[in-house]
Amino acid sequence: MTLLITVFAAVIATVKWYNRSDDTMKLGTLCFLYWGASLMWLVDAIFEYAELGAAYFSPELADMLNDTFLGLSVVALGLVIWLVVLLVKDPKGSVRSALQKQNH
Amino acid sequence: MACFLVSAAEAIAVKATEKRVESAEQNEKQAEDIVVKKIPFSRKLHWLSNLLFGGSALLAFEHIWHGEVVPWFPFLTAMSDVADRAEMFHEMATVGVGMAALVTVTWGIMCVVADSIVKREPATVSKEEE
Repeated sequence: MTLLITVFAAVIATVKWYNRSDDTMKLGTLCFLYWGASLMWLVDAIFEYAELGAAYFSPELADMLNDTFLGLSVVALGLVIWLVVLLVKDPKGSVRSALQKQNH
Repeated sequence: MACFLVSAAEAIAVKATEKRVESAEQNEKQAEDIVVKKIPFSRKLHWLSNLLFGGSALLAFEHIWHGEVVPWFPFLTAMSDVADRAEMFHEMATVGVGMAALVTVTWGIMCVVADSIVKREPATVSKEEE
């Protein structure tokens, strides 16, 4: 479930990146974050499938719920990391101009 | 258990290489002063380090979630027991190396595709407009 949620987040971020008008939103960072995690969880899933077999696809409800919460938390953490990168790099200069305004 | 550490270590090595390649490319560019129509290798390395750092960060969070990483020494719960430690190293050698390898192979394919896209002639008129 975590893998599935992260893959969906990666696809959505990539579509948004493809439709961007400029690079001021740093959407590439978000794509790399989610795709990197998706690829790594894919390997984890392959190893788990090799161990459990078909049982891998029929998890317990409690495990599935926990994995769903984890997936959503991972997406949220990814968004927070992206937001921090965006604000620190400040490609539009919005943070800089806001700070300069406050100084005057 | 600690599979993300393999990717994190690779990410640090790639980042260091990226910085070295970047400065070498800048020196080269200044010396030759030519416009090269290809993606710089440092930029490609930046993609790889982003994939590895991003993935490792989110996987580290997953390990915290499952209680495998703790904020006190030795930070990995598997380190406190000999049997768990052996299992952890086995996981790092199999799953961890597998993760780093898949990300690197995917990045390699991505670089080949990106190079071919850059070499392609730009489409000035779309098919609907023709």
